[in-house]
Amino acid sequence: MSIEVRIPTILRQYTGGEKAVEGSGGTLAELIDDLESRHSGLRDRLVDEKGLRRFVNVYLNDEDVRFLGGLETSVKDGDNVTVLPAVAGG
Amino acid sequence: MLEIDRSTYDQIVAHARRDHPDEACGVVAGPAGSDRPTRFVPMLNAARSPTFYEFDSQDLLRLYREMDDRDEVPVVIYHSHTATEAYPSRTDVSLAMEPDAHYVLVSTRSPDEEEFRSFRIVDGEVTEEEVRVVSAFTTGAPEPGAQDSHGRTDDRPDHEESVPR
Repeated sequence: MSIEVRIPTILRQYTGGEKAVEGSGGTLAELIDDLESRHSGLRDRLVDEKGLRRFVNVYLNDEDVRFLGGLETSVKDGDNVTVLPAVAGG
Repeated sequence: MLEIDRSTYDQIVAHARRDHPDEACGVVAGPAGSDRPTRFVPMLNAARSPTFYEFDSQDLLRLYREMDDRDEVPVVIYHSHTATEAYPSRTDVSLAMEPDAHYVLVSTRSPDEEEFRSFRIVDGEVTEEEVRVVSAFTTGAPEPGAQDSHGRTDDRPDHEESVPR
């Protein structure tokens, strides 16, 4: 068992074109670190020094992690994580 | 070039007018690989602002799930500018995350004049493209005598009048 992470088109350059990858960890931050170890460059597109990037949405089992615990949100085997860049502009 | 049918084009403009003075936004989904915008999906501007738009995060997830299930992609991503020209702002460029999408900008700054333009935004670079309005998508090939974005019938082999303004 592991955690499935769905990757948006724009970030598939880091996953060899894969739409979904698997990872593990106890929190979202650990999961992202684990992904980074195999998909170098991905972490930088998801987080900055202040935490999760403002215009990247991460969902844990369909819930926006901003309303959970952000990077400290607990994750476990069998969870589904979806990454979607915001559709936004001025 | 963006090829779009008249009814979808009109729906985008109508949405922009309806939400004025706030920015309106949405997508037109289409079958993956077709480059054909066929399913008009107006979205709520969660920012409810005259100078910013953002899809609500739950709506965004639902939209992408739905497109995934139907094997669709966002062929067109549109939004309006309410006081400035229909050209991507710096914010639009820095937040554009769909290199395969046609970014459509509609300006509602003039109540009488229609401004509808389309762009590719890839790696921070903006490229305007021609907008070709067809009466409807029927067969695989563009129809002869399709109207361009100025509503003129264009059946000349060389579309000098329908190049981007």
